[in-house]
Amino acid sequence: MTATQPPAAGLIPAAEPPAADGPGPAATTRPSRTLLRFVGKKILITAALLFGVTILTFLLVQAVPGDPANTNLSETAQQNPEIVAAYRAKWGLDRPLPMQYLTYLNNLIHGNLGTSQSTGDSVLADLKKYVPATLELAIPAMILSLLISVGLGLWAAVRKDRAADHTIRGAALVGLSTPSFWLAIVVLYVFFYLLGVAPNGGRLSTQLTPPRQVTGMYTIDALLQGRPIAFRDALWHLMLPVLVLTALTVSILIRFVRSAMLEVLDQDYIKAAYAKGLPRWTVLRRHVLRAGLVQVVTVAGLAFASLLSGTVLIEQIYSWPGIGQYAYRAALNLDLPAIMGVGLFVALVYTVVNLLIDILYGIIDPRIRVS
Amino acid sequence: MTEPLLQTSRLSVTLRGPDGPLPVIKGLDLRVEPGEIVGLAGESGSGKSLTALTLLNLLPPGAHVDGSIRFDGTELTGLDRRGWQGVRGSGIAMVFQDSSAALHPMLTVGMQLTEHMRASLGLSKAAARARAVELLEQVRIPQPERALRSYPHQFSGGMRQRIAIAIALACRPRLLIADEPTTALDVTVQAGILALFDELRREHDLAVLFITHDLGVLSSLTQRAYVFYAGRVMESGGTTDVLNRPTHPYTSALLGARPHGLSTSRTLQAIPGVPVLPGEEPPGCPFEPRCRFAQDVCRSAVPPLEAIGDSRTLACAVQPELVRP
Amino acid sequence: MSTPTNAPQIAPDVMAEALPARRLFGLRPGAPRPERRRSGRRRHARGLTVVAIGILACWAIVAIAAPLLAPHDPLAQSGPYYAPPSGAHWLGTDQLGRDILTRILYGARLSLPLAVVIVALALLIGGTLGLVAGYLGRWVDEVLMRLTDLVFAFPPIILAMVVTAAFGPSARNAVLALVLVSWPTYARVVRSAVLSIRSSDFLSASRLLGVGPWRALWRDVVPNSVGPSVVLASLELGNAVLMLASLSFLGLGPRPPAPEWGAMIAAGSNDLSKWWVSIIPGIAILTVVLAFNLLGDAVRDWLDPRSRSRR
Repeated sequence: MTATQPPAAGLIPAAEPPAADGPGPAATTRPSRTLLRFVGKKILITAALLFGVTILTFLLVQAVPGDPANTNLSETAQQNPEIVAAYRAKWGLDRPLPMQYLTYLNNLIHGNLGTSQSTGDSVLADLKKYVPATLELAIPAMILSLLISVGLGLWAAVRKDRAADHTIRGAALVGLSTPSFWLAIVVLYVFFYLLGVAPNGGRLSTQLTPPRQVTGMYTIDALLQGRPIAFRDALWHLMLPVLVLTALTVSILIRFVRSAMLEVLDQDYIKAAYAKGLPRWTVLRRHVLRAGLVQVVTVAGLAFASLLSGTVLIEQIYSWPGIGQYAYRAALNLDLPAIMGVGLFVALVYTVVNLLIDILYGIIDPRIRVS
Repeated sequence: MTEPLLQTSRLSVTLRGPDGPLPVIKGLDLRVEPGEIVGLAGESGSGKSLTALTLLNLLPPGAHVDGSIRFDGTELTGLDRRGWQGVRGSGIAMVFQDSSAALHPMLTVGMQLTEHMRASLGLSKAAARARAVELLEQVRIPQPERALRSYPHQFSGGMRQRIAIAIALACRPRLLIADEPTTALDVTVQAGILALFDELRREHDLAVLFITHDLGVLSSLTQRAYVFYAGRVMESGGTTDVLNRPTHPYTSALLGARPHGLSTSRTLQAIPGVPVLPGEEPPGCPFEPRCRFAQDVCRSAVPPLEAIGDSRTLACAVQPELVRP
Repeated sequence: MSTPTNAPQIAPDVMAEALPARRLFGLRPGAPRPERRRSGRRRHARGLTVVAIGILACWAIVAIAAPLLAPHDPLAQSGPYYAPPSGAHWLGTDQLGRDILTRILYGARLSLPLAVVIVALALLIGGTLGLVAGYLGRWVDEVLMRLTDLVFAFPPIILAMVVTAAFGPSARNAVLALVLVSWPTYARVVRSAVLSIRSSDFLSASRLLGVGPWRALWRDVVPNSVGPSVVLASLELGNAVLMLASLSFLGLGPRPPAPEWGAMIAAGSNDLSKWWVSIIPGIAILTVVLAFNLLGDAVRDWLDPRSRSRR
């Protein structure tokens, strides 16, 4: 214990003016300007990263043994020297490596990702066809995963070390240890083979024609076209893959959400909120969730990453013609343009999502904008 | 004789430790009259902060509370969640030690000021806002309207603490518990906050339980004081009385350990040993291992807290006259 | 070399800590360690850890003694195609008439050692790079951070898939691809451990006492970076098994007829009526990964007391 003043009889005189405490709220920076600067910086970094990604993809492809002309052109095309020469010229194969990269980059910017060897279409067209199918899985899975994991994670944190907490964490651990493709098979076996309540994969029952393509997502397009039967059927086909994706993603997310919430619950400002006489639900909703939101956003990024990875395997099992299946077939066939195209696209999406997350951080937590 | 605003009887708190129960507060009898400032002085680990949390039922899960807490005519122990919500904020309010940790970093000052006013007092948004501006003026925050829209990190430490005080006063509590509110602040800033406490107390007829480890703060602000060690009261009485004529060896040792007023002839008297940890108390008086005057009787049983005249109490087996700094 | 530019004031207790520096997280040498008495919660967690070690020990025994334990030859047909579980074949046979129980037992000889190799290599490479980058700082550090950013820009399975496919599916390429995908995590963890040690007082004290830069690295920095890397490695073992199984499920792992569990699941996925072909290898994977995860949690709690409060 210390004494900073000599024991004085009586009480101190009236309060001094507050000038001694320091300046008032920071008057110079309006929230919007710092936010803008923050966002701008992030965008620049992302652009640089994307550049790096193109270089990496390019180098990876160069590292593959074999002549690209052999691997990218069909057998018959290879017999024709004119086609081979044209191909070489198009992709600058006879020029030094840096020039090849520039040609590659140039083609990229013009939207030319090459022609898929397996499908015969341009990779860009392929992507346009397959991406919406994956989105149709990923978006509901993402929303459901976030809602469920935030709810369960918060509950586990509030009920720390009690039965609910142990059950939730145990289930999450088992979910984490389950191979995604195996779970997909088990679920298919139980609900399709044994119980007959789910379809055997695919996006639509064979007797129905797909709706006219607007977004590429059958459910939305069926609604837009006014075909309720097709809508219900597409929804029915969505059930199992979304269920599996959600279950796996939730297992990953719950741990993070729980530990983020535990940290928040420990903070003095939560105690202070209760000390004000606020009801528990208000404290959880307004104080705990808001503080944990930063972590939840991180978690959303993780969810997205896990979903992207998950689709590769899940789409296989459920014969879902999405990006995952496309990537897999491209890898198997050594369809280099397709591989590169998918790799680039995925990296692009991934990076952009991370950028959005960084921006979200700045919006949620005002302290981050100035750091 | 009117009933005290706050009276605890044999209040004991046991926490759930990793290796078994930990008694942190033992048989506390604390009294606060309406409108008075009472100090609770003790070192870190003495249990004084936990006392504050106990009075608001904000202890960690697994904590066990025995004894009675009477506030404003109502028995608080055994209240359900709704009951406590009614007491907190509008009956008893609290100001925490570290205002940067006690204010939510992502909510505006305005929100944090008005939310419980609207919830507990039922004020409309506009009324709450108007009162918030009033409160900020009372605690001398410049440009209150702008402050309402700002975030806590935009203010200095002293101003944040003033905001915290404003928040605590918003629902017109009768008792304010201040848990070391100036410890994290510079000395110059500290004086202003202490003056603010005194002024608010007089204007609003507010009772204050002021928790501190700083004897100087204790003497300049409080009227009565309790000296706390290892979860028990060692002695209590009028502040000036206790500090000028201490009757407990612990108080005396603390006064002797102050670096202020050192001359070439007087050396710093540190208290030997370390503060006792919960769960590791000796069988007798908790201060006995470090006490200059310890006798055999001190080891055999915990000395009870007894009145010794002059509105003072003492829990010690040693003769008070021997204990002079 | 990183010499402190501003000579710090050396407090006596910091001096005492400088020689020798063995500090795993919060455990200061000489500070009293709290008595650990049994309590209900501890026993519960310890019980789970024992179960996990037990499971792993069983699998390790299986992996080593597979030739002795297995009833049949994993690569040869020993019964009718797609025979359901029976007395002769406890877990049935697969599409080529091979005994599934045997293939599961032999599969342990693939999954477990390969996972360990993947983690060990990634730890070695990533850890060294992280150590160097964290210690040397400046542009070396920048380059490393950008490299890790690059790898992190791809979802792991897709990158691994592409690399394996490009170089030809095989056990070796799968391992290399997975090492490529996982080394950045280790690099980052070790780097941040090194950075926090660099900014701590006891390293400065050590250097001011005349300990040379390389000796300081070896004596002070490395021991304190070991902790977080070990925690990470133990948590990553389960993940390695899963990723390997995923790759071989896709046909990009150890080539057939190798009895890798993931490939076995793939073989049975075409015909759901023959459920034992797919479901049973998955259970094997589940138990192994679960045990690894439990063990990883236990290691983390043991080595990093700070995380305990969050458990």
